[in-house]
Formats: sequence, structure tokens, C-alpha cells
Amino acid sequence: MTTLPEPAPGLRRTRGSGGANPNPEPPGGGRRVRARMHVVRGPGGAGLVLRAARASLRVSPRGLAVCLALAAASAVTFAIGCATGDLPVPLGEVARVLVGGGDPGHRFIVMDLRVPRGLDGLLVGAALGVSGALFQSVTRNPLGSPDIVGFGNGAATGALLSLLWWRGGPLETSLAAFAGGAVTALIVQAVCRREGLQGNRLIVVGIGVSAMAYSFNAWLLTRARLEDAENAQLWLTGTLNGRGWEHVVPVAVSLAVLLPVAMAQSRRLGLLGLGDENARALGVSPTRTRALALVTAVALVGVATASAGPITFVALAAPQIARLLTRDPGPGVGASALTGALLLQAADVAAQWAVPAVEVPAGLATGLTGGAYLAWLLTRRRAHR
Amino acid sequence: MGSVGVERRRRPPGAGPPGRGGAAGRRRGLWALTLLAVLVALVLVAAASVAVGARPIAPGVVFDAIFDPHGSADERLVRELRLPRTGLGIAAGAALGLAGALMQSLTRNPLADPGILGVNAGASAAVVVAIGFAGLQTFTGYVWFALAGAAAVAGLVHLLGAAGPGGATPVRLVLAGMAVAAALTALTSAVLLMRPEVFDAFRFWTVGSIAGRDASVLWQVLPFLTAGALLAAAVARPLDAMAIGEDGAAALGARVGATRVSGAAAVTLLCGAVTAAVGPIGFVGLAVPHLARALGGSAHHRVFGYSAALGALLLLSADVLGRWVARPAELEVGIVTAFLGAPALIVLTRRARRARQARS
Repeated sequence: MTTLPEPAPGLRRTRGSGGANPNPEPPGGGRRVRARMHVVRGPGGAGLVLRAARASLRVSPRGLAVCLALAAASAVTFAIGCATGDLPVPLGEVARVLVGGGDPGHRFIVMDLRVPRGLDGLLVGAALGVSGALFQSVTRNPLGSPDIVGFGNGAATGALLSLLWWRGGPLETSLAAFAGGAVTALIVQAVCRREGLQGNRLIVVGIGVSAMAYSFNAWLLTRARLEDAENAQLWLTGTLNGRGWEHVVPVAVSLAVLLPVAMAQSRRLGLLGLGDENARALGVSPTRTRALALVTAVALVGVATASAGPITFVALAAPQIARLLTRDPGPGVGASALTGALLLQAADVAAQWAVPAVEVPAGLATGLTGGAYLAWLLTRRRAHR
Repeated sequence: MGSVGVERRRRPPGAGPPGRGGAAGRRRGLWALTLLAVLVALVLVAAASVAVGARPIAPGVVFDAIFDPHGSADERLVRELRLPRTGLGIAAGAALGLAGALMQSLTRNPLADPGILGVNAGASAAVVVAIGFAGLQTFTGYVWFALAGAAAVAGLVHLLGAAGPGGATPVRLVLAGMAVAAALTALTSAVLLMRPEVFDAFRFWTVGSIAGRDASVLWQVLPFLTAGALLAAAVARPLDAMAIGEDGAAALGARVGATRVSGAAAVTLLCGAVTAAVGPIGFVGLAVPHLARALGGSAHHRVFGYSAALGALLLLSADVLGRWVARPAELEVGIVTAFLGAPALIVLTRRARRARQARS
């Protein structure tokens, strides 16, 4: 789904076919808002194009259906997540609590414990999915993920410094993780800025900086007391345990700001797929587009990591799954967000359900299931290159 | 394995013998001189490795300890700690460099390192099992577990890579390695979270160090390293042929499947044994082959020779540096190699890119 912002109101429906606009709009003709919708056929299957005045929105029906299904599935897993736990709450009671009624005890459990945890899972998953889609699109590498610019290990360095050296609380640790990841990503960008943030160069520099951060982390862990090191290891796994509203709000606010930016970048990134020269001819600046997309992606993953710790595999797998489902070329920001939300929330619920006695960190579940999924995918699909 | 080789006289005239392949080939004989220089440097660093440490030891005492021992405390220090450590450093560095070069040729990916086949993750998971469930606390005990883990994972990765409709291709192998490594890492951290005492032992193994291992560890891993090095030598020639593409290599008489399997077996032997003995040390295998190709051209027997020599040099220098920088304490060699190797890799790839742009 590639979009430009603001589809204008008052859409008038016309039907056409064959890809060309059946009766082209005279440019600048009249004050009246003209809106039309017509069907195009391209390599991605049939698509609906909505046009209004100066904005247009191309929607593929399949993509729309997939997104609706993903949203529905996320809602269902969210409800299941609210119902399961040490003290099961029936789904009907969950619904009553959510609309403002229900038993006070249940109300506390659902509204103060499980809803924030579930929302955090959905929002963090969405942020990771979008960030992965942007990274894979910028690096033109299906294995692209925020870790390519060393984000994961850099964030871990920040968090470890906070946990082990300054004995920081949860808030300090979140901020330190964000700062660590952002600084690492900035270093990587600065080193390869002159060469225009191209895929391979970015990956080499990212691997290098990331490995330095990783070994520094291992060294920090050996120098700490055992209890502190264990605590840090738990953070390094990534978990949604004990997430409250104070974790949800920052992620929600950042997503509200960054998601539209990512959506707006999505179309330009798709054009970069034609090659830098062609994209420039179409009025898209490759360097600026890549830089903006990277900054957006790093900010998204930074917020997610600060909230839930380094959750593995969602950023890598969500865009891939989304693309398999929608069969749409281009970054697919919206579908990736929904897939990421569903993946993380489902992993958290499954982990709680599989081992009820222990609080299994969601990061473990995503690593296990993600690895198994990729392995399964390998036995099914032919490698493209 | 000699039969997998490509006979020289069957090569098409355009390909030329591998001896004239690289930049150094035009100055015939020079590459041997460079290799000699690397080896001399290695001897010097080895001498430094025996002499430098928390307690500096005069070269004369070192000489006496090796050739004319009197039994003083310093001499025992040299014989029981410094010499095994130096030997392990040379063996581990050479093996990692060689394994990295093999890996990059096999996957045709200049950024491949042994970790990519999931070998490190397999060895780590096996070591966690060894500490956690078999109660092993010594490095002598880890070796077998780590080797078995590395071998099992390498086998699994190959099965997965070959299972799909397209058969085993480099990309599929890398993907399979990533998938298995992700799942195994999750399992490893699950055990670490539940068993604090396992985590305590594991965190010191995973940082990567050649300190505190006695000579028996070296003797245990040497047979595996020798076997791996022999296998690598055997596939050097077919790998030269495979550089022109798999169909071309098959047309030249190289057995592509056998070469790939033997190469992967060599990587597993080399990496599994080293990882067991010293922990997962990154970057030697990634950075050294690039330097080796810059010095010796692209013929595989030279790349392998240089990679082994440079790997040993890099690892041992990193260890000496780690002891010197943080004296009287020391920095683990795994940290020093990452901080030396990463900038080197970045600079090397930038220079290679510039050279390519200048040529075209």
C-alpha cells in the first residue's frame, strides 16, 4: 500500500480500466474538489486508485483485506492476553471491564496490569515492524533490520552502563538504551555518510561497530557482580513483564508522530527501487530519502527498545511476512506495523500460556518462533538470489 | 580428498594457473617474502607474549626456561602459563583465520564469518548444556560438548539449506544458519535466565579469552585443528575453480558438492575446537581473509596460508596488547580483537571500494 497523505473528502466514484486515467483532469481547472476512483492493473494485481484534487491514494484490495484481517487477529490476541494469566478472567468479564463495568478486582487486574501490557506489546510490535520495513527498504536487503546499524548492541551497551555502573532505575535504563542505540546508529551513519548510505557499505560499518559494542557488553557483564549481571541479562532478553501505562504512553505518542512520517517516506522509498538515477529523475532525492527513513526507523526502534528491551526477530520477520501476505511491492509500512503488532502480542500470550508458572520473556518466544519460522520458510520457498 | 582437485593442464588458457592470479602474482616470489615477514613478526610477538604480563620476565630467563630450566618460580611461570597460552593463541588465531577464509569462499560472501553457519551458537548452546546439566566446570570438559554442538548445528544448517526446492545455495545456507542461531540463542538465554550458576560460568567463557588454559587444552584441540587444516588444503584447488561459478567449476572437473561438504566439515572442526577452548572470538575470521587477499592475491592456497599466519599474528598481538594496556589486570583477547578488527575491516572495505572505483 503506497500512500500520499490526506485523501480529500467527498470522493466521487468513477470506474475505468487499463491503468490510464480515463478522462484526465485539466490541471488547475476549477475550484471544485474533484475526486475519482479507478481501477489499475499492475504487477501487484488489481489496485484501486483514489484521486482527489492534488492527492492520490492507491489501495490494493488484497492489501486492504490483509490489513483488516491482521487488525482483527491482533484484537483477538489482545483480548486473549487480557483474559489469561495467574488469575484467569472470562472473556465476557474482560469485555464488561473494557466498557467500564465489571467486578472491581477484575477491573484492577485487567485495566492496570493486562491492558497496558497488551497495548505495549501491540505498539512495540508495530514500531518494530515499521522500522524493519524501512531498514529492509533502505538497505535493499531482505535481512535488513535495525541491528544492521548496530542498534541492538548499542542500546544494550547503554542499558548495561545504566544498570551496572550508575545503578539506574527502569526510567534511566530506558533512556540510556535509547541514547546508546541512537549514538551507535549516528556513528554508523556518520562513517558512511560520504558514500550515500548505500546498502553494502552500511552493512559492513554496522557489523563492525555492532561487534565492538557486543564485545564491550560481554566485558561489562564479566566485571559486574553476579546479581547485577543476571538482572542485566534479563533486560537483554527483552520482556513485556510488568509493563504499565507509563511504558505505553511514550510508545503511543512516538508512534502517532513517526508512523505518518514513515507512511510518507514509503512511496519515495518504493521509487528508489527503480535505481537512484531514475528516482532522481522523478524528483526524489535518494540521499535525503534514505537518511530520513533511517532516522525514522532508528527513532521507532529506539522507543520500542526503551519500552520492552531488545526484542529479537520482529523487525526482521514482520515485513517479510507482510509482503508474503499482501504480495505488494514496496516497503508496505502499514501491513508491517500490523504484522509486527500481531507477532509480538501473540508471542507474549503464547509464552505465558505455554509455561504458566514462569514469566517467560517475550524476547525468548520471538527468538524461538522466529527462528523456527525462518527455517520452515526455507524448506518451502525458493531462494530468489 | 586429492581427487577433487582440478588438474592444471585442463584449465582453459584464459583462466591461467592460480599462481598468476592476484596482484602479487605479477611479482613472482615476492609473496613468499611477504609471508616470511609475517612469520618473523609472529615469532617476535610470540616472544613478547611469553615475556609481557602481570610479572615481566627478562628474555634471558625465558630462554633459560625453554632450553635450560633450573626450576625457579619465573621459569615455572613461563613453562606452565605463558608458553601454553602463547601456543593456544597461535593455534586458535591460525584456525580462526583459516576458517574465515574457507567460509568466505564457500558462501561467496566477503562478510561471512564462522558465526554465520551457526557454529558459534551451536557451540555456545552445547557449553551451556555442559555446565548446566552435566555439571562440567573445566575447559577440558567443554571441548567435547562444544565440538559436538558445533558439528550437530553445522549438519542441521546444511540439511535445512539443502531441503528446499532450490538445493543448497550460499544464500540459503546463510539464512539457515541465521534461523538456527536465532532459535539456539533463545534457548541458551532461557537456560541462563533460569540457572544463575550456569550464567556465572558462561559469562566468563563467552567473552573469549586464552588466559588460564593449561597445556592439556592445547593438546586436546590440536588433532581437530590439524584435521581441519588438512581438509582446507585439500579443497583449495577446487575452490579456485569454483570462483568462476559452479557450472564452470563442474565443467572443469571439480566436484562441487563434495568440495562444499568438505569445506564445511573443515570449518566445523576448526571453529568448534577453537570455540570450545577459548570461547567465541569474533572478527579474526572476518577481517583476516581480506588482508590475506590484499597481500597474496586470490589463489586459495595463498589466501589460506596468509590467513592462518595473519590470524595467529592478530590474535596473539591482541592478547599481548590486552595484557599491556590494562596491566596489572588484563583485557580479554575477544574484546581486543573486536576493537582492533572492526576499524580495520571498515578501512579495508573503504580502500577496496576506492580502488575499484579508480579502476573503472
